[in-house]
Amino acid sequence: MSDTAHAPAAPGSHAVAHASHPDSFYVKIWGVLLVLLVVSVVGPELGIRVVTLFTAFGIAVVKAYLVIKNFMHLGVEKKYVAYLLLTMLALMVVMVGGVGPDVLRHQGTNWDNVAAKKAVEAGLKAGGGHGEHGADHGAPAPGAASPGEAH
Amino acid sequence: MPTGRLAVWWLIASEIVIFGGVLGAYLMHRLGHPEWANQSMHTSTWKGALNTFILLTSSLSAVLAHNAASRGDGKRAAKLLWATIGGGAAFLVVKSFEWTAEIKAGYTISSNTFWSFYYTAAGIHGLHVIAGMIVMMFVAADAAKGKELQRVENAGLYWHFVDLVWIFLFPLLYIAK
Repeated sequence: MSDTAHAPAAPGSHAVAHASHPDSFYVKIWGVLLVLLVVSVVGPELGIRVVTLFTAFGIAVVKAYLVIKNFMHLGVEKKYVAYLLLTMLALMVVMVGGVGPDVLRHQGTNWDNVAAKKAVEAGLKAGGGHGEHGADHGAPAPGAASPGEAH
Repeated sequence: MPTGRLAVWWLIASEIVIFGGVLGAYLMHRLGHPEWANQSMHTSTWKGALNTFILLTSSLSAVLAHNAASRGDGKRAAKLLWATIGGGAAFLVVKSFEWTAEIKAGYTISSNTFWSFYYTAAGIHGLHVIAGMIVMMFVAADAAKGKELQRVENAGLYWHFVDLVWIFLFPLLYIAK
């Protein structure tokens, strides 16, 4: 750390000099983000699974990249900040990789997740095709299993 | 690097673990429980999209505030921070209407595990929105007097992270039906 946050901010000083683009640049990035938002909402309406996955999650990644690069200025930040954030993401991948097999599968060589199987079966049987906040206002949630059961 | 900015990056790193844990757990359960599709179809895509628009716009005003601060224009930075706070308030208003409709329809945090995740993830995120708004009120008050302008960037970094989390919550909770 070469300096502290206690010094009064001077225009153009290191402490406040990260934003170096004109305002119009940020407005353009915002415009691109809004176009991507529209695509992510419209894409799934086509009803094609691959298109939905790409437009929903692929575009979320692109939007995140634009925000990190242009609004948070991570590209011109000290390198160790990016490494710090990537380390945290790597820990998440380790967590998901370690727990995933137990959560995603409901049966293994020497174990059987009876509660999860029951929850899936009961939920699928109950259905629930009412649309968004649709016809069952006031009724209990369809296919509601107790929180304990759904594990 | 200024100590304050380093501290905010450190905070964001720890937040990645918090939200990463919640989102990772949600994703695994969503894939392992096909019946959740019957529940997720009841979330309102349009209210979620409206809130995405609001947060993206508030991120724009946050980065413009940072730009103004970097030019030494504390008054404009303060105004833009207040606009960002307004965006946070609008987000919470939409959320309150959304949750009211869902709870009235019988979808509560204890209905089943999908709704438990839904309210927990969106609730933790909402608390971060409120925290960001409170921080920005203090930063804006100082910035209006031309004081501590370096804090405008720090508050903005945190706000962009809150926006980032929502960018991933939106497809997970509202699009993947």
